[in-house]
Amino acid sequence: MATTAPVHAHAAPQGFIRKYVFSLDHKVIGLQYYFLALTAVFVGMFLSLIMRIHLVWPGAELPLFGAIKPETYVSFLTMHGTIMVFFVLTTAPQGGFGNYFLPIQIGAPDMAFPVLNMLSFWTTFVGFVVLIAAFFVPGGAPLHGWTGYAPLSALPSAGPGEQLGADLWVTSIAIFCLASLMGALNFITTTLDLRAKGMTLMRMPLTVWSWLITAILGLLAFGVLLSAGILLLLDRNLGTSFYVPLVVVNGTVMGHKGGSPLLWQHLFWFFGHPEVYIAILPGMGVASQLLSTFSRKPIFGYKAMVYAMLAIGLLGFMVWGHHMFMSGMSPYSAFAFSVMTMSIGVPSAIKTFNWLGTLWGGRIRLQTPMLFAIGFVSLFVSGGLSGPFLAQPVLDIPLHDTYFVVGHFHLIMGVAAIFGIFGATYYWFPKMFGRMMNERLGQIHFFITLLGAYAVFMPMHYLGLAGQTRRYSEFTQLAYQQKLVPLQTFMTYAAVITIAVQLVFLFNLFWSMFKGPKASDNPWEATTLEWTTSTPPPHDNFGGHTPVVNHGPYEYNVPGAAKDFIMQNDPATAPAH
Amino acid sequence: MGLALLCLIWLITFASTYFFVAKTWWLPHGASALAHHIDGQFTLTFVLMGIIFVLAQCALGYLVWKYSDQGKPRTVSYSHGNTKLEVLWTTLTAILFIGLNLMGSNIWAAERFEPAKAGSVPVEVTGMQFAWYFRYPGNDGKYGATKPNLIDPSSGMESAIGLDTGDGASKDDIVTGTMYLPVGREVDLSLRAVDVIHSFFVPSFRFKQDAVPGLLIHMHFTPTEIGDYEIACAELCGMGHYKMHGMVKVVSQEDFDKWIAQREAEKQ
Repeated sequence: MATTAPVHAHAAPQGFIRKYVFSLDHKVIGLQYYFLALTAVFVGMFLSLIMRIHLVWPGAELPLFGAIKPETYVSFLTMHGTIMVFFVLTTAPQGGFGNYFLPIQIGAPDMAFPVLNMLSFWTTFVGFVVLIAAFFVPGGAPLHGWTGYAPLSALPSAGPGEQLGADLWVTSIAIFCLASLMGALNFITTTLDLRAKGMTLMRMPLTVWSWLITAILGLLAFGVLLSAGILLLLDRNLGTSFYVPLVVVNGTVMGHKGGSPLLWQHLFWFFGHPEVYIAILPGMGVASQLLSTFSRKPIFGYKAMVYAMLAIGLLGFMVWGHHMFMSGMSPYSAFAFSVMTMSIGVPSAIKTFNWLGTLWGGRIRLQTPMLFAIGFVSLFVSGGLSGPFLAQPVLDIPLHDTYFVVGHFHLIMGVAAIFGIFGATYYWFPKMFGRMMNERLGQIHFFITLLGAYAVFMPMHYLGLAGQTRRYSEFTQLAYQQKLVPLQTFMTYAAVITIAVQLVFLFNLFWSMFKGPKASDNPWEATTLEWTTSTPPPHDNFGGHTPVVNHGPYEYNVPGAAKDFIMQNDPATAPAH
Repeated sequence: MGLALLCLIWLITFASTYFFVAKTWWLPHGASALAHHIDGQFTLTFVLMGIIFVLAQCALGYLVWKYSDQGKPRTVSYSHGNTKLEVLWTTLTAILFIGLNLMGSNIWAAERFEPAKAGSVPVEVTGMQFAWYFRYPGNDGKYGATKPNLIDPSSGMESAIGLDTGDGASKDDIVTGTMYLPVGREVDLSLRAVDVIHSFFVPSFRFKQDAVPGLLIHMHFTPTEIGDYEIACAELCGMGHYKMHGMVKVVSQEDFDKWIAQREAEKQ
């Protein structure tokens, strides 16, 4: 068992810049990540609002934008996907909550490398600025989708936005990869080396496990995307031909020869599939933490949960080819990728069973964080069960690149992951800001968002069955697609309502920060170490001493105990597990 | 609150399931030899996943309502899990998911592991921003050469795909913007793209395949019903992706022969 080394301790900073801007404190950096993601999610959501309106009223004149052109729509969808995947779903759960709570939950005073941590955030920030800059350069943002398939992404003459905008896009992603690699190293080192006395691996909260496994995935995946991105930049600017064969764009023969468009897809999805789990694993950790805490029961099958997450992480690297069944790659390899993909359903099912097992026989407190955890489970089931359709190559033939896919990944890695973030926000807000969020506003936010999310994304499955192709800026050209417009219109109305109710969340967040009732140190009567320290935690997390851990993370309603929960650092005399 | 949650989750579950079961929006009528096999596998998967979906969501709603804290003291069961149960549901899901997968594999193999049978109708599909062109090799059964520097999309048809008219084999090649196919005969498809990736998607045939620059991809399928079927592009190919569409006209063998003869006559 490693103990905390004094080299990691640093004195509390004085002065605004060192304290709030270039801070070394993981808690401040966590909040910086969180607010960056919060900014990004509102940009991404705003883009989706414009897109939804344009889809069903393609000629409409919008205030500030006028009529949206087809190329503008496609560039918005590219930026929406890129912003959401990188700067929201990767940034908030891991960079935000992971940074803030991983050290505290393992009883450490800070991350292992505080300077690297600061660098990692500011690099991410630069990546975001570079990405947003793509909107404002001549030609605008790129239109090759967040997956950036070559040759479209490699040829500046392939469309508007493919000039400087596309260069900024690739550069932004490369910068983001660098930042994520730094973060991943830090998370892994911290978890392995800085755990408090008694915090064995099997006593770590499942949130810590999820952040650790996410970091390992990030370390292995982002390096590949970084290399892929550099090769793309070379193809674009130095005339190399990694991804581009001999092609003719609008009558002009390009100078490339011998490159492979499929190479980009292999490299991209070798990153891209683990990325899905990078987005959702922290959500699984949070859901487990909340379901146990608010059911007042130990998590059902703690070890099975850990092994399931490890299995998901491992299998996640062997399934990337299921994105490429229609790409022209060998049809034989589709078998292998398909079997591995179906196998990943097994640990996912184990997690669901165990979540239901945790609720069973509990004494459930339905406070706002718990509502979002329950919503997470529902969305995880719904989004997960469309997976076995898409994992079968033969069913992927009609479904690939239709709205069925869009519905699938939005439910699972979009909305479920966001519900994880919401749950985490309502749960840890008191610890982070010392005040409680408003319960009533939280309930309104939850009910409308859950219903709204289903109303937007469930119909996408019906559309996909009917053959509605994705990434179309309007549905005016094919007769069979025109028939589907009424359902699209319903989804747009649902989206407008769902987006509007997010303003309730935003209001609750900022209002409660200043006006919410003061929070006690442990308002949810939870057991993990962040609830043993003061609210908000001091600079070194535990006010000069290091906690000693005597118990597992989820000891609720232990027979014979005085209270219905035993904190991890309570004396060992209580029944140990 | 527990009851409200139960109602919400059950409402979402039953409303979602209703539209699947009622087939309000569903796969278009299948018009190729493999379509009903694919649809069969689809229905099987749908029934199995549907049952799990309804059971899991209903259980979630029920548990939340049944065990929500009403303020009355109640003994909470203290359990860290049950290894037997874990092994049971791991085994069951593994058998279900992997078995389902194996069941569909012969359909996949039928279309992709074997080349088209002798006597099938050769058609070449070329995708470019933002149009599909179809080429028939004519009486000699051979496609003439195409050259990149001859490609001129603005002139359309032969010029758009860069047909080298100096090549003897290209003399009788027919290039069209609408695909004609005889009913009940296997089609030997050659797919290519000249600029970026496109994807040839005919929903009614349950057929989709990317056309990739630098690759010549062979596929085959058999249309089984006379009629007009829309073609969509299913891979993002640029600003005009949404308007890259076409039409397949499946006609009788007689009409197909007549059409070919007529086009050959026009070329002379």
